[in-house]
Amino acid sequence: MPLWWPLLLSSLLFAIGVYGVLVRRNAVLVLMGVELMLNAVNLNLVAFDAYFRDVLHGGQTFALFVIVIAAAEIGLGLAIVLLVFRTHGQIDVDTMRELADREEPAVAER
Amino acid sequence: MSSAAVLAAEFQAPSFEYSLLSPLLVIFGVAITGVLVEAFAPRGSRYLLQAVLAVLGVVGALVATVIVGLNLVSRGGGTAHGSIAAEGAIAVDGPSIFIWGTVLVLSLVSVLLFAERRLEGGVLSFAGQAAALPGTEAEREASTRGLEHTEVFPLMMFAVGGMMLFPASNDLLTMFVALEVLSLPLYLLCGLARRRRLLSQEAALKYFMLGAFSSGFFIYGIALVYGYAGSMNFAAISAAVSGRAGGEGLLLGGIALLAVGMMFKVGAAPFHAWTPDVYQGAPTAVTAFMAACTKVAAFGALLRLFYVAFGGARWDWTPMVWVIAILTMVVGSVLALSQTDVKRMLAYSSIAHAGFLLTGFVGAQQVADVGIGEITSLQAVLFYLVTYGFTTVAAFAVVTVVRDAGGEATHLSRWSGLGKESPVVAGVFAVLLLGMAGIPLTSGFTGKWAVFTTALAGGAWPLVVTAVLFSVVAAFFYVRVIVLMYFSDPVGEGPTVATPSILTTIVIAVGFAATLALGVVPGPVLDLAAAAGEFIR
Repeated sequence: MPLWWPLLLSSLLFAIGVYGVLVRRNAVLVLMGVELMLNAVNLNLVAFDAYFRDVLHGGQTFALFVIVIAAAEIGLGLAIVLLVFRTHGQIDVDTMRELADREEPAVAER
Repeated sequence: MSSAAVLAAEFQAPSFEYSLLSPLLVIFGVAITGVLVEAFAPRGSRYLLQAVLAVLGVVGALVATVIVGLNLVSRGGGTAHGSIAAEGAIAVDGPSIFIWGTVLVLSLVSVLLFAERRLEGGVLSFAGQAAALPGTEAEREASTRGLEHTEVFPLMMFAVGGMMLFPASNDLLTMFVALEVLSLPLYLLCGLARRRRLLSQEAALKYFMLGAFSSGFFIYGIALVYGYAGSMNFAAISAAVSGRAGGEGLLLGGIALLAVGMMFKVGAAPFHAWTPDVYQGAPTAVTAFMAACTKVAAFGALLRLFYVAFGGARWDWTPMVWVIAILTMVVGSVLALSQTDVKRMLAYSSIAHAGFLLTGFVGAQQVADVGIGEITSLQAVLFYLVTYGFTTVAAFAVVTVVRDAGGEATHLSRWSGLGKESPVVAGVFAVLLLGMAGIPLTSGFTGKWAVFTTALAGGAWPLVVTAVLFSVVAAFFYVRVIVLMYFSDPVGEGPTVATPSILTTIVIAVGFAATLALGVVPGPVLDLAAAAGEFIR
């Protein structure tokens, strides 16, 4: 199998993940976009590993690390999302606008 | 012979240099002990145990760092000294030791800020029970029983461990793991404020979402560089980059994506969008820790990645750094002008500082390129990080003591007339702001001087001209706050300055003293930075 097939597939998956993060407004779906990005990278790593016939299997090892860290990250992320849902009542990321640059006159000019 | 026997015969136990890595081991050991304390110690004694454990752990790691630093061996001629430990995963060299020392001293100061209880009337400034909703019975019960989340100390220790591992990592896998170990505890800490809980949680969510997004780019970059070089190790990547054996697109794409992840962590434009929101919403003690230590660690890692692994592709990435540096200085200085919240203003100021640091980043790298008595860009950036770190921690510590009925009075209008209310606090804050602006006789001036001279020696004079210009713009908004504190009448009842316990006082005093001392006698720390030498390869 030519190397560019898995590379193309993984870049497509990565692009879908980026699109999901940028377009989805529900925090859980944004997290799914992030997961898709991480797993696209795993495919890429394993493909390179197989292509190089890496005796140390650096790519596959890295993929295992990414899986573990992605699990930790998603656990933490869902905890934060859950907390935000309990206090704010919804998880639409567009409504999180309390912290933002505001069009206020600067203090010195008041 | 069976295949199992072949494997057994070829297997060599990995060597692990425990003594060289002792500072890291101490910090991670303390973090894990902290988790156990949280599980087994009675609630009443946890605060004292955790705080003492954290302080002793950081001091112990600092002592270990000094001992390791004094015993580094020279390597490969030149000024580089140190050794590569843990089977090539961690480089313990001069710059690593310098960054470890800086991160540990700044963490020690931040632990004291975390442990402050007097300002909130006897409890930590972190949520009593993060899971309890504001305004509910559970929340009231938590506050009447005086519950506190002492987990913040072990969380902070894990973050410190990640910050030490990040700039010392010598392959991409270690670097990615360290990045996550330093980030994940910080995401949680951001959401744990006692006051203004909703803002704090919003900050945590934004930081987490954008952080996870950027680490996705970071590992995609790692995958591409692995595909180019066939190895994760910096030495092997460096050899492949210098040899340039085809696959140019993979390398350039990898460098660009890794840069996105790194620039996010250092808070450089156009990846800075999280900085003001997170700095404003996070508990101020966490903001102080994050602003100072994360920047030190991330710049250390940025320099190692680009100088050691991608040093051979310097002419490919230098233009990119130029653009990012200029953009960062412009965004940081100009947007800070219109801020009305002091934490937000300090956040934009930290973005501007990232731009000045990037100016030093493209300076003269090799010892051979600079004259006698001049320092390389690595050493200049290390020195700047020290000056920036102390001033920043102290400035956020001052923010914690200026209060009104609703907690910290972060809106700038509440700060008008502070000079009459408390001349000492206003005076200290004014000096810290002047330090950030880079007025002579403060640390900001010597730091800027160091990075600008090295950038000039590297031929980046247009960048230096821009940097000086935007230093002036930045000075304007610092001075605006000083004018506000001294020459404006208080609005309403005016600000009140709460009397902190000795802990916060020590933090402010240390930062204030460092800001002045590094401005008047920068020599010893500059010598230390120069003695750090170069990265080992």
